[in-house]
Amino acid sequence: MATVFIPAPLRRLTAGHDRVDVPGASVGALIDAIDALHVGFRARVVADGELLPSVAVAVDGDMITQGLDEPVHPDSEVHFVPALGGGASPR
Amino acid sequence: MSDPKTSNGGATERRFKVVGTRPIRHDGIDKVTGRARYGADVTLPGMLHGKVLRSPHAHARILGIDVTRALALPGVKAIVTGADMPPVKSKTEQSGEGTTNPRHLSDNVLAKEKVLYSGHAIAAVAATSPHVAEEALALIDVRYEVLPPVLDVRTAMRDDAPILHPDLRTHGLEPKSDRPSNVASVVRFERGDLDAAFASADVVVEREFDTAMVHQGYIEPHNAVAKVDADGQATVWVSTQGPFEVRHFCSEILAMPLSQIKVVPAEIGGGFGGKTTIYLEPLAILLAQKSGRPVKMVMSRAEVLRASGPTSGSHIRVKLGATRDGRIVAADATLAYEAGAFPGSPVWAGAMCLLAPYDIETLRIEGFDVVVNRPKTAAYRAPGASNASFAAESVVDEIASRLGIDPIDLRRKNGAREGTPTPAGPRHKRIGMLEVLDAAQASPHWAAPLGTSSDPAKRRGRGFAVGFWFNAGLQSSATIAINPDGTASLVTGSPDIGGTRTSCAMIAAEELGIPVDRVRPSVADTDSVGHTDVTGGSRVTMATGLAVYEAAQDVKRQLCERAAALWKIRSEEVSFADGKLVAAQGDHEPLTLAALGGKLSRTGGPVVGRATVNAQKATGAAIAGTLVDVEVDVETGKVDVVRCTVIQDAGRAIHPAYVEGQMQGGTAQGLGWALNEEYVYDADGTLLNAGFLDYRMPIALDLPMIDTIIVEVPNPGHPYGVRGVGEVSIVPPPGAVASAIAAATGVRVPALPISPPRLLAALHAGDRHAEAGRAAAAR
Repeated sequence: MATVFIPAPLRRLTAGHDRVDVPGASVGALIDAIDALHVGFRARVVADGELLPSVAVAVDGDMITQGLDEPVHPDSEVHFVPALGGGASPR
Repeated sequence: MSDPKTSNGGATERRFKVVGTRPIRHDGIDKVTGRARYGADVTLPGMLHGKVLRSPHAHARILGIDVTRALALPGVKAIVTGADMPPVKSKTEQSGEGTTNPRHLSDNVLAKEKVLYSGHAIAAVAATSPHVAEEALALIDVRYEVLPPVLDVRTAMRDDAPILHPDLRTHGLEPKSDRPSNVASVVRFERGDLDAAFASADVVVEREFDTAMVHQGYIEPHNAVAKVDADGQATVWVSTQGPFEVRHFCSEILAMPLSQIKVVPAEIGGGFGGKTTIYLEPLAILLAQKSGRPVKMVMSRAEVLRASGPTSGSHIRVKLGATRDGRIVAADATLAYEAGAFPGSPVWAGAMCLLAPYDIETLRIEGFDVVVNRPKTAAYRAPGASNASFAAESVVDEIASRLGIDPIDLRRKNGAREGTPTPAGPRHKRIGMLEVLDAAQASPHWAAPLGTSSDPAKRRGRGFAVGFWFNAGLQSSATIAINPDGTASLVTGSPDIGGTRTSCAMIAAEELGIPVDRVRPSVADTDSVGHTDVTGGSRVTMATGLAVYEAAQDVKRQLCERAAALWKIRSEEVSFADGKLVAAQGDHEPLTLAALGGKLSRTGGPVVGRATVNAQKATGAAIAGTLVDVEVDVETGKVDVVRCTVIQDAGRAIHPAYVEGQMQGGTAQGLGWALNEEYVYDADGTLLNAGFLDYRMPIALDLPMIDTIIVEVPNPGHPYGVRGVGEVSIVPPPGAVASAIAAATGVRVPALPISPPRLLAALHAGDRHAEAGRAAAAR
């Protein structure tokens, strides 16, 4: 199973765990698997069927290029890192 | 001048013929003879001149704008205000290296309800001459309700601070907050048990640092020339690092179809990240639309400093704990960066780079993006990393000093290597931290005696620091057309800010086996080349070069097919070697490109190779080290840099002289950042030093020759091992200078710039503390 490292602010959703081992062949599948265990996780990183613009994902050290469809291996390490460069005001 | 030092164990043992040489750049003659065409050189028939009215207030509501008197001035042909811009939805979207909010971009181009910094654009005028346009500005009547300004991060973060954007909520908080805030976002990285780790440390150092807002200092001001044809098609000539970004941003904030905007990048007189966004382009388009004539706009130097995008000032706290043998076991840092008037400082990058050169198991790093009433910040060469490195390297140096360990040895003990988790989590790929440290310690500079001054008021000190930068990948396109004479026309979409049209031409020449002067590189407009992301992030030679490399493979494949057709054999029997097409068998004389070029029309037609890349997975991060000797005049506080060496891992130096140029340029900027440069505001938020006389950047007389040592630890993601080189050299100088001054004087200054008044005050405070200590000891 891939190891997904949980960003510090979202560990309150995963009972404090900083990483979760989940099955899945893609980044999207991993997110769904985590959400099944820890409800609310998906909504923090996905909107309108895509990763939030403020979220970047690294799989085995490489920044992904295919969004939720990015393939992962059974022993992959997955990290969420900021892609922050501006904020959205909810007007 | 140095020969690159290659680290064995790298990706390739290939012997290059062109890569690694130092040809004269293709644009060199035009640049030194004045023939190169910059944005302000563009002139069109019937062209008008545009000027911008800017707010005198740092924070105010706009109650009304009356342009009646200005419109009546003879020669004025059009005026636009925020009311002329379409409403834009607030959203965060990916753009180049980071994200933008098009609503904020629109509001920065022209203020709508509020002005948020002194210099904020309120209206733009197009007239028959720049003087008439300037005169018209004074005839525009604006009514303001002046509001109290917020000018620094600590004030802005207080609960009782005036709020810049009532609808701004802090992103990244869990649970979410519904309270208006000047904190636009928070990032946090955390791993391990911090309390336990600090408890295990033998030495703990905690310090707070302040850095001032500084500007990229490009010599060429922002400019744009726009024409809009009767069918609505807009063409914009502009000094920019990102023509496709200009097209996209203008399309978004003017609600124009992308296909209706063509952006032509002019030659660029410096950018350093500051020309990766838009200021004048949408205004020029709007004025051109309204007047029916082309419009040229050029910022003055004062406008550039007041109203373009400097980089963040910051307040940073760093706490490191280490064991007696020098192992750093715990790190805790907080960074608060000025975003300027709208969200989007590089605090996320600062947080990710702060301790990236090191292998630290337990850490907590928190970063705050904070809006203040200053110009919206823009990228500046490894944005966010220099501030962070200054703070972290100062503390690392202090730990080394306290433990009595050589500063390079301490860094080696804690140095990141392949597989080390970065602060944000993902593991480093192959990285040259240890190799850079080794090269620094083996350098003639490190071995040289420090020397002393004959002036008793002057003290010398030596400092060392390292820095990290990710380097970007992103997307690039390239085409290579083979001409009938066997030369190659290379087209890319990457504006050349550092010699990249030549480095890309060298890659094409290497692959095609022809001399580099038989490759003609050009930088195309947005209609003439495939999408190419910004020239920034040190990506062009790596990523656009990768597209060129792939396009050359496409060319070679097609040429093999053409030779096969000529020889009436199968293309699998033809190979390309040393610039020639060679048949595997039979009595066929090898064909050069020159020989085959003239025969292409009768073998199927022109040969054009093409490639597009998304180079995100090909990037290789960079490490640099700065070694600096300073001489401090303890009576005046003036610091002279007497010797400086920059050591940097370039992966593979395509054109060593241009790599050295990048290393020296970044170092010079880092030294200015360390010693002199800062925005000086009065209490009302008016910039007091909006000119190069008082915004003091280093000139040639201020600095010694900066020595360079290129280390080559090949990037495994790239066929040549190339790493980006343009940025990382600006990261370590502030930390190195601070450590050198501390070594010289015994006083560590926790703020940038370490200008003469600031250093004198610190020296006098140090004297007072020393005297108080002596007095206490005597009692």
